Amino acid sequence: MKKVLSLVLALMMIFCFTAVFTGCGGSDEGSSDGDGFKVGFICLHDENSTYDKNFIDAANAACENLGVEAIIKTNIPEGQECYDAAAELVDQGCGIVFADSFGHEDYMIQAATDFPEVQFCHSTGTKAHTEGIDNYHNAFASIYQGRYLAGVAAGMKLNEMIDKGDITADQAKIGYVGAFTYAEVISGYTSFYLGAKSECPSVTMDVTFTGSWYDEGLEKEGAQKLIDEGCVLISQHADSMGAPTACENAGVPNVSYNGSTIDACPNTFIVSSRIDWTPYYEYAIKAAQAGEAIDADWTGTLETGSVVLTDINEKVAAKGTADKIKEVEAGLNDGSIQVFDTSTFTVKGKAIDSYKADVDTDKDYTPDTEVIEDGAFMESKFRSAPYFDLAIDGIKRLDEKF
Amino acid sequence: MDKTPKIKKEPLIKLSKREDLDRQQRYLYRALAIIAALLVDGIIITALVHMNPLDIYGTMFMGAFGTSRKVMVTLKELAVLLVISIALTPAFKMKFWNLGGEGQVLMGAWATAACMLYLGGRLPTGILIPVMFIAAIAAGAIWAMIPAIFKAKWGTNETLFTLMMNYVAIQLISYFIIKWEVPKGSGHVGIINQTGKEGWLPYIGTNSYLLVIGFVLLVTIVMHIYLNYSKHGYEVSVVGESPRTASYVGIKVDRVIVRTLVLSGALCGFAGWMMVSGTDHTITTSLAGGNGFTGIMVAWLAQFNVLVMSLCALLIVVLGQGAGEIATSFGLNEAFGDILTGVILFFIIGVEFFINYRIHVRKSGKEEA
Repeated sequence: MKKVLSLVLALMMIFCFTAVFTGCGGSDEGSSDGDGFKVGFICLHDENSTYDKNFIDAANAACENLGVEAIIKTNIPEGQECYDAAAELVDQGCGIVFADSFGHEDYMIQAATDFPEVQFCHSTGTKAHTEGIDNYHNAFASIYQGRYLAGVAAGMKLNEMIDKGDITADQAKIGYVGAFTYAEVISGYTSFYLGAKSECPSVTMDVTFTGSWYDEGLEKEGAQKLIDEGCVLISQHADSMGAPTACENAGVPNVSYNGSTIDACPNTFIVSSRIDWTPYYEYAIKAAQAGEAIDADWTGTLETGSVVLTDINEKVAAKGTADKIKEVEAGLNDGSIQVFDTSTFTVKGKAIDSYKADVDTDKDYTPDTEVIEDGAFMESKFRSAPYFDLAIDGIKRLDEKF
Repeated sequence: MDKTPKIKKEPLIKLSKREDLDRQQRYLYRALAIIAALLVDGIIITALVHMNPLDIYGTMFMGAFGTSRKVMVTLKELAVLLVISIALTPAFKMKFWNLGGEGQVLMGAWATAACMLYLGGRLPTGILIPVMFIAAIAAGAIWAMIPAIFKAKWGTNETLFTLMMNYVAIQLISYFIIKWEVPKGSGHVGIINQTGKEGWLPYIGTNSYLLVIGFVLLVTIVMHIYLNYSKHGYEVSVVGESPRTASYVGIKVDRVIVRTLVLSGALCGFAGWMMVSGTDHTITTSLAGGNGFTGIMVAWLAQFNVLVMSLCALLIVVLGQGAGEIATSFGLNEAFGDILTGVILFFIIGVEFFINYRIHVRKSGKEEA
């Protein structure tokens, strides 16, 4: 029997090696030009994560609009697997490859270096503007504008609760479930808070962090903890249904993220802001097809259609929310309203007139760029990914460990 | 079975150990089990997603072997799973339940990453890589040695102890990720020394995985010899069969336990080193990816035969790669691939039961009463 076994093993090895060496010639099946243009997408999870679903929907929409073929790889961890997936997509003939998760960035850069003829685009990354690799690009959207609008809806809801006598003005406390103390999260909850504050001046906010981008249990627990501590409205920046579910169970209004949660939470969902990646995907795919340069760092806005709000749940939202949001949106678009207007917030009791942020990513988090201009913190101007990381008054972080 | 019998009866099903199958019959049974599993999977595929099972199987196979790159990736995954399975083998052969593979791998990875971050650029790569190597196997060995010493000295339960050491390792690594993260607050270390490649294992030609695969091949052969043809290997088997017999014939059981666990942990640390220095070049809490547990299954499935183990590990890796491929090609959720894999593993493990036991079903209730 040992003989048989060693024979099998030997055959396996021969098979593997012939596959390695003969495979080299025959593996490049598709060519990347002409009608059969292929686009690769790398997703951290699958459509069960609201975050990835938002990307997958955009990927399918963009490819359908442009008549190109989408190859979507899901459940790709933020490790060497990302490089392997990118390389395989190149093998399959993709002319452009997108990745959706922050931790994919370094592996995408690696792939961009190894395959200079293919374009690599990474959403949420921070390094493209300093790496100087022609075929590597970052993209994000000015989601802080969307958060601000969602905050306006939250503020109006709080006002309604105060007017009805459900709570006093001092009890207008929002709870926020964040992932990490990362600039993207800080920028998100601060703009949300400022939006709420523009409507309801007495509002305060407590923030808790889960230390994970996707952990349904922790997010639910975090939301419940905030509700128990007297928060009367919850929002979140984490990717599962944990926080919305906790809100629905407790009957506490929720402002969601990444997409509507109205089906699961019909009695508590107010509105959700999200990034629509379709405009970026269409822009980058068209550029790749035409052989034109893609911006190293692309920022979508309300005007490009990249920052959107879902339909408002009239059953929960305060009266007049839709009109008010339209009005504020117009203000944001014409520049008469700045989300991070330095006259609307203070840090440790003082107004901010100068601040250096860590825009060029480095190991020591060196603050390198002055970001206050014309009385406002210029978010997403010097690079697409958010860098607002001030701890403003009125927001209390319950934990700092992440 | 919910009726309570009034008269004492022979149970409906009785098991007895069977020794009547020769080697060839055993392999025939196993082959039949795989065929049966594929049939059941075929029914599941047809019933649930209305597709041709042969398409699915073909795509799964191509997902693992379809292109030269896929073969390399499959071999790399195989190398990682196999080296961890092999690392756990001496401990399990000694009937020491080392459930701490995950943590031991992580500690090796942690030591490697620390060396790369703190010594990268300060030491030449020719010295840095051996330093990383020694640090990694030392870290893995220490992580395994702690429960081993407790077991040898005070008879603590190694199953729980090694299992809990995993969580300690994960917490430790979470702490260091926050310390090493770039940019601040992101919770990601990213690729370590991406520009200078300090502490990276060299590529063979343009291939970054071949060296790692070669290492594992070497480890496999050495471990095969160690377990089967060395005095140490013999002592491990004797302690596994009966510690009392072992001490009666003059084997120092305590020493064998600690020594074997040091070897087991060091090899896990080696796996961690291989991943950080050779393939992934980063550190995350999920770096070991459950292989510390899958490795246990592989080791048992192969009944501690290192050569059979490479086949079992290959099967599991191919199924995993195939599951990913059908998710991409057919838009089926990856969980569907996992269901198919689960059925196959269920049959493969299940058949061992029928090979080792005979089932006697009571002919008729009346006869007995």
